[in-house]
Amino acid sequence: MMFVPGNNPGMMADAHIYGPDSIMLDLEDSVTMAEKDAARLLVYNALKSIDYGDTEMVVRINPLNTPYGKKDVEAVVKAGVDVIRMPKTETADEVRELEAEIVKVETELGCVGRTQIMAAIESALGVVNAYEIATASKRMMGIALGAEDYSANLKTQRTPDGKELELARETIVVAARAAGISCFDTVYSNLDDMETFRKEVELIKTLGFDGKSIINPRQIEVVNEVFAPTAKAIEKSLKIIAAIKEAQAKGSGVIAVNGKMVDRPVVIRAERTIALAIASGILNKEDVQ
Amino acid sequence: MEIKNAVAGTLESGDIMVQIGPAKAGEGLVVDLESSVAAQFGKQIRALITDTLKDLGIDNAEVKATDKGALDCTIRARVTAAAVRATGKDVWK
Amino acid sequence: MRNSKLVTLEEAIRKSGLKNGMTISFHHHFRGGDKVVNMVVAKLSEMGFKDLHLAASSLSDVHAPLIEHIKNGVITKISTSGLRGELANEISHGLMKEPVIFRSHGGRGSAIATGELHIDVAFLGASSADEFGNACGYSRSENAKSICGSLGYALPDARYADHVVVITDDLVAYPNVPKSISAADVESVVVVDSVGDSSKISAGAIRDSKNPRDILLAKSAAKVVINSGYFEDGFSIQTGTGGASLAVVKYIRESMLEKGIKASFALGGITAHMVKLHEEGLIGRLIDVQSFDKVAAESIKNDPFHQEVSAVEYASGMHQGSAVHALDIVILSALEVDVNFNVNVLVGSDGIIRGAIGGHQDTAADSALSIIVCPLLRGRIPCVVPKVTTLITPGKSVDVVVTEYGIAVNPNRPEVAERLKAAGLKVVDIHDLAAKATSIIGTPDALPFGDKVVGIVYNRDGKVLDEIRNIVD
Repeated sequence: MMFVPGNNPGMMADAHIYGPDSIMLDLEDSVTMAEKDAARLLVYNALKSIDYGDTEMVVRINPLNTPYGKKDVEAVVKAGVDVIRMPKTETADEVRELEAEIVKVETELGCVGRTQIMAAIESALGVVNAYEIATASKRMMGIALGAEDYSANLKTQRTPDGKELELARETIVVAARAAGISCFDTVYSNLDDMETFRKEVELIKTLGFDGKSIINPRQIEVVNEVFAPTAKAIEKSLKIIAAIKEAQAKGSGVIAVNGKMVDRPVVIRAERTIALAIASGILNKEDVQ
Repeated sequence: MEIKNAVAGTLESGDIMVQIGPAKAGEGLVVDLESSVAAQFGKQIRALITDTLKDLGIDNAEVKATDKGALDCTIRARVTAAAVRATGKDVWK
Repeated sequence: MRNSKLVTLEEAIRKSGLKNGMTISFHHHFRGGDKVVNMVVAKLSEMGFKDLHLAASSLSDVHAPLIEHIKNGVITKISTSGLRGELANEISHGLMKEPVIFRSHGGRGSAIATGELHIDVAFLGASSADEFGNACGYSRSENAKSICGSLGYALPDARYADHVVVITDDLVAYPNVPKSISAADVESVVVVDSVGDSSKISAGAIRDSKNPRDILLAKSAAKVVINSGYFEDGFSIQTGTGGASLAVVKYIRESMLEKGIKASFALGGITAHMVKLHEEGLIGRLIDVQSFDKVAAESIKNDPFHQEVSAVEYASGMHQGSAVHALDIVILSALEVDVNFNVNVLVGSDGIIRGAIGGHQDTAADSALSIIVCPLLRGRIPCVVPKVTTLITPGKSVDVVVTEYGIAVNPNRPEVAERLKAAGLKVVDIHDLAAKATSIIGTPDALPFGDKVVGIVYNRDGKVLDEIRNIVD
């Protein structure tokens, strides 16, 4: 998920060419108070006009308790955004409040249920309430860690090995898995230190995160490389997928590869491996079909 | 509609800076455009600025636009932002 | 007293027998820092010459003072590879009565060699020279001021011009060898305070582009090279100097190391990147017609396997032994590419001249594989278009076009398209790229061209390819 400032038309015009899985246009921290109105209009018009292809489009709105939040919701829902990212989420009620705002606009447009929600957890209270937040609405598609605010809230600061984020990261992964939604790790802002960035991506992959937030296209390759499944894993997964199709064609509920029965978790992992291989650019969608 | 002086946008590449101010009564929309792509898109950009303002109910104003190769969606956004700031009338509820 | 050729500029001009209507020539190795063209033409103007044909290997922003000399009738005709800046703008608006003649570097070399472009007096700036005219683009003295490295574009002039004047700001003791220009070809040597502004002649170490679009394009181009079928031990390569082209070398290097592949030679404009690969043993020889930075200029001075070549040896289409004939892969840039793979590197999409043919035609035509790297869009300017504003390199010699929205392969190279597809690269129809550009930016209005021909573009074989008309504001 690549962060793009919502008041920078040049970057918004071609963010998708670098192949991020999703783009988050930001109306919150990267936009000054004086430019909130202009950025909202830019994001609205960009979403309406620019062909972002298959890229999932996310907009980070301002908190609803600011003068900007509700207008942001109106604008981006009208523009047809895929996902609204709510910043600094601390309670399930906040998610429901956002949902109510979305429903208002969607009702007016006649498209109720179209917009999904991602909640950014950026405080101790948010981490404590992670599961409630993750299950607050059926629109919830994922939760994400915002580490800058979180570490400030903990009265500590970020370190290269991320010791201070351990509990938050693990809690968020567990909450997301328990809720059956996705989870995304925070940004890493030193663009010149690709080594530490790679270590952090390796760490969060091991923890179980679905993806990493990035601030520059140059970081995409590292994330793809780390998340890319091995050739062996892909081969195995393709076999499993083929077996599923074969079983479906036969109308059989039993899936077998090389004469061995395949359990449900193995199927799920195989599907995930193939999805990652496609996301990392190793496989083409057409190859799988 | 009463119009104050207002500006939106930047001079960065891919953006357009739009200044709007009151025009003399009956003067209509006066658009002064400076663009890095004037030869290829000048007419289209002028038309887009005029149409966007008319859609917002503004038909008497002076506009100075400095374009750095902005796409149509950016031009529409910047003109709208300048108009909203000039009139105080927002497009959102 | 030895028979020194040292004279003042004015004496050199008188001695040369230059007359009104004759052709004078210059090279562009001092690039944006050049002082020689302006200095000599100002002197010619002062001496009352008129109606001269200025035949430079290229002209740039720094040559804006020529505008006055054109208006005053001192210069009435120009032949060059390129034009930029205010001079280009004025010429595009119809400054000159006669159209400017544009030739590629190889085309110019051929034209000089055959006499089609006859040079009466060549004024050749040199970074060092001795009193007899042995000259080169570097210097071993402590007074070295204006270092440019190779003097490749000046060598045909030195060899074929009727009269050669070497102009230097670093007179060194005889013999100034190894040399580029031989005293045997030189009639006069003029010493001046400065032949060029060294800070504008060549950049120090060119930094790698951090522009993510350049990096994306460079990585794609590198993948094309690696999977093209030509990336094998002993291959040869030439790259341009744009941010993306430079970076290509970096990504190819990684693959060369990984696969144990070495290049036999790198050709053309040589950069620090190429020198590095050469010093690492990854490139056997550097064949240098123009040294693009200080590292390259130092290398050509000190390394016997870093060889200077003339524009003729580099890129002539009619000389069998010219290096382009042995070139496997060339990576080039473009202002515009059209759906027939025709390339324009000379005239901006606003109709104003803003570039140079350089070696584009030559390398594209003679290399085994020519790869154009250009963004689909530069701001709101499309680079893949239905038809190029001006035809510079015919589509039949262009094989692959790399953009951020996909890679297009010329239909006459189906085997290359197959290899790239097999490697998982995104190969698209060039018509789709042009349509994509239109869908993003809209359809540009037709340019306001007038009826006056301000430039004639020659192909490297001496045939006219296209005309450039004046632009009307």
